[in-house]
Amino acid sequence: MSRGQLAPTPHDPDDRGHFGPWGGRFMPEALIAAVDELAAFYEKARVDPDFLDEFSRLLRDYAGRPSLLTEAKKFAEHAGGARVFLKREDLNHTGSHKINNVLGQALLTKRMGKKRVIAETGAGQHGVATATACALMGLDCVIYMGEVDTQRQALNVARMRLLGAEVIPVTTGARTLKDAINEALRDWVANVEDTHYLLGTAAGPHPFPVLVRDFHRVIGVEARQQLLEQAGRLPDVVVACVGGGSNAIGIFHGFIDDPSVRLVGIEPGGDGLDSGRHGATLTAGTPGSLHGAMSYLLQDEDGQVTEAHSISAGLDYPGVGPEHSHLKDTGRAEYWPATDAEAMEAFALLSRTEGIIPAIESSHALAGALKIGRELGPEGLIVVNLSGRGDKDMDTAINWFGLGVREDRA
Amino acid sequence: MSRLEGVFARCREESRAALIGYLPAGFPTVEGSKDVLRTMVEAGCDVVEVGLPFSDPVMDGPTIQRAAERALRGGFRVRDLFGVVESVAEAGGKAVVMTYWNPVLRYGVDAFARDLAAAGGLGLITPDLVPDEALEWISASEAHDLDRIFLVAPSSTEERIDLTARSSRGFLYATSVMGVTGARDVVSTAAPALVRRVREHTDMPVGVGLGVRNGAQAAELAAFADGVIVGSAFVSAVDTDSVAALTEELAQGVRAVPTPA
Repeated sequence: MSRGQLAPTPHDPDDRGHFGPWGGRFMPEALIAAVDELAAFYEKARVDPDFLDEFSRLLRDYAGRPSLLTEAKKFAEHAGGARVFLKREDLNHTGSHKINNVLGQALLTKRMGKKRVIAETGAGQHGVATATACALMGLDCVIYMGEVDTQRQALNVARMRLLGAEVIPVTTGARTLKDAINEALRDWVANVEDTHYLLGTAAGPHPFPVLVRDFHRVIGVEARQQLLEQAGRLPDVVVACVGGGSNAIGIFHGFIDDPSVRLVGIEPGGDGLDSGRHGATLTAGTPGSLHGAMSYLLQDEDGQVTEAHSISAGLDYPGVGPEHSHLKDTGRAEYWPATDAEAMEAFALLSRTEGIIPAIESSHALAGALKIGRELGPEGLIVVNLSGRGDKDMDTAINWFGLGVREDRA
Repeated sequence: MSRLEGVFARCREESRAALIGYLPAGFPTVEGSKDVLRTMVEAGCDVVEVGLPFSDPVMDGPTIQRAAERALRGGFRVRDLFGVVESVAEAGGKAVVMTYWNPVLRYGVDAFARDLAAAGGLGLITPDLVPDEALEWISASEAHDLDRIFLVAPSSTEERIDLTARSSRGFLYATSVMGVTGARDVVSTAAPALVRRVREHTDMPVGVGLGVRNGAQAAELAAFADGVIVGSAFVSAVDTDSVAALTEELAQGVRAVPTPA
C-alpha cells in the first residue's frame, strides 16, 4: 500500500461531512460525541506513520494484499471483444473487499481504547469480516443480522459464531439489513462509552463515508498501477456494483483524477425497475435522510423508507453512500441497474469461461461490463471490481439454475 | 417568544413541573389516537407530544416501535397527523409533534411547518436532527412561529449543550439516559447532573424524558426538571385501557414536590 492512501484528497467532504448537499449528520445528539471522537482519531491516524505501517502490514500479511489483477479473455469474448480485467478482491482473506475496512476500523477501535465492537450484516460478508478482525485483535464482537437473513445465510451465522462473535437475530421491521442497522444504532446509543460501531459500508454519519472509503482506496490504487503494468494504459471504464457503495467508492478513487476514465456503478435492478422490486437507489430514488446521512433513498411519498429487493443480499439496501449521490449529481460517475436475471447470467458466464465463481453482488458489475464492452468494441479496456467470491451464494445458484441437486436429493 | 412559555410559566407559579405525554398519531387508529390524546389532555397532561410514525425509528425501544408499526400497517399517512394535532387543540390541549426528520424533508420543511401551525401545533421535537443540520428548519419555524425542541444527552459536551440551547425555542429535551425510549425501573442517575449542566447555559425550561412510567418516578424528576416526559408508558396504557389513570397518577407525581426556584 502506498503511504498516501489515507491522506486527505481534494474530494474530501467539508469538516461536517458534506459532499455538496449530501452526507452530514442526521442522527441523535447522544451519538454526536462518539462520531466526533471517531473523526478526531481518524484525522490523526490517516497521517500517522505508525498507523499506516500497521494497516499496511495487516493488509499484506493477513488479508493477502495486493490482490491480483486477472485478465478475463474468454469472458471478454462475450463483452464485444473489449479487454476485461478483474480486480480480484475475492482472493482476500474472508473472501471479499470487506476485510480492508474492518482491519482499519478495528485498529482505530483499539486506538480509541474501546473493547467492544458491534456491526450490522446482510449477507454475512461484513459480519464475518468483522468477527475475523475482532478475533485477531481480541475485541468483543456482536453482530446484528435480520432474522430473515440469518435463515438465508445460516452458514455465515455459524462462521461468525465459530470466530467468537455473538450473532443477534433482529426481529423488527422487515428483519433484513436496514433493520439490523437500526438495531445496531440502538445498541450503540446505549453502550457508546466502550463500544465502536464498525459500519460496513461507505454510508452513515460523518466520518464513516470518508474513513470506509479511505480504507478501500487501496483497491483503486493497486488496480491502476497493475493495469498500467499489464496493459500499458489507463482503462476506458471502471465498473463496480453498488449497494451501500464501499467497494465501488474504493476502486473509483484510484481513477477519479483521470478524466478519461469513466466510472460506472451497477445497482441491483431486482425484477426490473418497472416491477418496483429492486434496490436501484441512485437510479430510482429521491433525496432523504436515513441512518445518519443525506443521500438518495428508496422511499414512498410520505418519506417512509421502502424495502429494497435483490437476489443479492449484500445489495439489498434502500440507501446508498452520500459520496455516490454527489458523484451522480456532478456527473463524474454514472449509475445503471442490472436485473437479477442479468446478474445471474453473468455469474454463470464467468464461472464457465474463467473458472472463477463470483459473488452475486460482483456479478452485477460483470453484467454491466458485458454491456459496456459491447458499446466499446475490441478497442475497449474495462476494469471490473470483483468484490467477492461466490461460495456463499451456492444455495441461490442451486435454486436459480436448478443445478440438479434437488433431483439428487429426491 | 415561545409558544409554550405560558404553560411552563403557569407550572412554575404552581411550583411544579409540567407533565408532557407522548402518543404516536394513528395508534391504535387515527380516530383512536384522537380519543386517547383527548383523555390525556383532560386527565392532566400540560403538553402532549404527537408522534409521527416512521419506518425506521432508531431512537425508540420495542414499545414505541411496535406502536409505530401498527399505525403504519393500519394505513397511517403523514397528512393524518395534522387532523390529530387539530383535535388536541380543539380539546384545549397544547400539542407539539415529535418526528424523525425524513418525513418532514419529504413533505417539504416549510410546508410541514405551515400545515402544523395551521392545525394549531406549537412546535416540533426532532430526535435525529441536530442544530448543525437545521438551518432550513430554523428559518421555517421562525416563519411559522413554531417552537424548536432539540435534544441534549449525557454525552453532550458543554459546547454542544450551548449550541443546542441557543438553537432551541420552547424547551430543551434532556434524555436522562444513554439509550432508546422505553419504561425503566430506575429512571436515571445521569439526569440531575445533565440538567444542572444545561442550566449553566440557559434559563430555558428543561424537560426530562426516557424511562418514566409511574408517579413516583415523575416526582423524582419533577424535583429538578421543568417538564417530565412520558412516552412508552402511555403507549402500553392504551392496550390496558388505563390512560386516564396513568395520567392522573403522573399528574400527581409532578405536583408531589416543589420544583427548585
